[in-house]
Amino acid sequence: MANQTTTRGTDRIKGALGKEGPLLSIYFTAGYPALEDTLPVLRRLQESGVDMIEIGLPFSDPLADGPTIQESSTAALKNGMTTARLFEQLKGVRREIHVPLILMGYFNPVLQYGVEAFCKQCAETGIDGLILPDLPLEIYQREYREILERYGLKMIFLITPQTSQARIRQIDDASDAFIYMVSSASTTGAREGFDPAQQEYFRRIAAMDLKNPRIVGFGISNAHTFGQATAHAKGAIIGSAFIRELSAHGVAAIPSFIKKIRP
Amino acid sequence: MKTYQVDENGFYGAFGGAFIPEMLYPNVEELRNCYLEIMADPGFSEEFHHLLRDYVGRPTPLYFAGRLSERFGCRIYLKREDLCHTGAHKVNNTIGQILLARRLGKKRIIAETGAGQHGVATATVCALMGLPCVVYMGEVDIARQAPNVARMKLLGAEVRPARSGSRTLKDATNEAIRDWINNPEDTHYIIGSVVGPHPYPDMVARFQAVISEEIGAQLLEKEGRDAPDYLIACVGGGSNAAGAYYHYLDREEVGIIAVEAAGKGVHTGESAATSALGRVGIIHGSKTLLMQTADGQITEPYSISAGLDYPGIGPMHAHLYASGRGEFHSITDAEAMEAGRRLAALEGIIPAIETSHAFAVLEKRPFGPQDVVVINLSGRGDKDLQTYIDYFNL
Repeated sequence: MANQTTTRGTDRIKGALGKEGPLLSIYFTAGYPALEDTLPVLRRLQESGVDMIEIGLPFSDPLADGPTIQESSTAALKNGMTTARLFEQLKGVRREIHVPLILMGYFNPVLQYGVEAFCKQCAETGIDGLILPDLPLEIYQREYREILERYGLKMIFLITPQTSQARIRQIDDASDAFIYMVSSASTTGAREGFDPAQQEYFRRIAAMDLKNPRIVGFGISNAHTFGQATAHAKGAIIGSAFIRELSAHGVAAIPSFIKKIRP
Repeated sequence: MKTYQVDENGFYGAFGGAFIPEMLYPNVEELRNCYLEIMADPGFSEEFHHLLRDYVGRPTPLYFAGRLSERFGCRIYLKREDLCHTGAHKVNNTIGQILLARRLGKKRIIAETGAGQHGVATATVCALMGLPCVVYMGEVDIARQAPNVARMKLLGAEVRPARSGSRTLKDATNEAIRDWINNPEDTHYIIGSVVGPHPYPDMVARFQAVISEEIGAQLLEKEGRDAPDYLIACVGGGSNAAGAYYHYLDREEVGIIAVEAAGKGVHTGESAATSALGRVGIIHGSKTLLMQTADGQITEPYSISAGLDYPGIGPMHAHLYASGRGEFHSITDAEAMEAGRRLAALEGIIPAIETSHAFAVLEKRPFGPQDVVVINLSGRGDKDLQTYIDYFNL
């Protein structure tokens, strides 16, 4: 069972990474704008041709997030979203959603659910990987890697412009899917464009010849920033800009938003 | 040897560590690599102690409280942190951290504050050193702590309202952390308590340890022994307690008593008694006892004293609780207010309401006539005058 999920999970993320052209990944907060919007959002994103989806587990104290994702988290919690509720919503999701799914959230709710129980649920649901920004590499390796591997889940780590070369190598060694490359020293949030220093950072990392592909996140909002980010990386993740679109125009507007990013 | 101090990975038993996003890693790692070395440098230590003496007014007295002792039938000493410049122990830490920030070449200081005491202590040292200072404070707290907001402004600090979440201390802390993520190179974050990612809890405890160091020397002079039978301190995040306990943590003959705020009662839903109500979780980069929902969402605590309404406690204290080394009590608003009034009437000292919680333990727990009990009088009550006026209809 565990082996079977391992193969499937690997296949889905690797499959998406192996496709020609820049990869587009979308982040959204589960249970937002309405509690039962999780699945409709997933369906629209898949129909619109996105390559990968990050489902955000809302948290009361999201300290790496800017105002847009903070507000969507608060709203989702108010709607009644919980970890258990999300797993209920996602039951059977793999019958219709075939793009890689990654859960992204803060570590405390996972710890309260039970790391092992959480991973088991993820495997049964067909989740491919996890991003837990406040679970540092060292503690992951010491305490949790064995559990994630047993359930065939990929752990995705972040790097930033301030991350040292040595640590990037360490993170590259510990990764087996892709590296989440934070575009700037900042919390999450949309931005108008990347300055020369940021583009230099993209080039510097590209030149390191890492074994894992990089996907750029934070500050990508439109076709222009998507193009800049993917010039030196495999793909890019859009979060805050997508959530703003969702709050303004609802689920029905998803295809036109995606089309604007990648015609 | 068994120790209640931090280990090489930044843990106190099962608590502590640095659960931080990668964006904070270089800053926290820089601190972790440097703090012990900088603090051990004789030049640093000299400057720190010089400022504590001439600017803060240390050593603070250890005062034998005769009437209080008579009333409770034991030998009670008060460690007068309320006499520190700015009115509380908080300044011991901000002096230490501003000197450290300067050694690290930082050009800008940020801090969080709840009641405003740590914000004032930070604004004070920034004025002293000529560094720009931004203090994050929950919108709700700004409204109810106007005098401290004015003090910070007068000292030249910018007070930025935290508008996210519950708009109180934990949200102000979130905002300060976000600021640090956005300013990773020139900014130092002065955390006000023994909370946050390693090395903060240990670093802040070491700066506050001047309290227990002085207690030892002063007791020796007054009682002919360097340790009390009991040490009592209130715990919100726990910095005054950590400072009072520090040199006695591993001397198990010294009883350590920690006092949390029960608010309107531990089980009323309006409480800040973290050890009684919390479960192991992660807040602000530290694994500790934490008030939270079953789903792992952090809940909002309540206490009449704004300095105790933090939903976690420092990892040192979580370990003291879990290991049984510390004796923990919860004190209600009403018990604390009465204890504050009693201290004023018996000794002529009006304590901060945070500190009043520590004094309320005297009513709850008997001590023997020969017991030497030191209570850390962590802050003065000037800032709480309005609360005392309203509560007692003065």
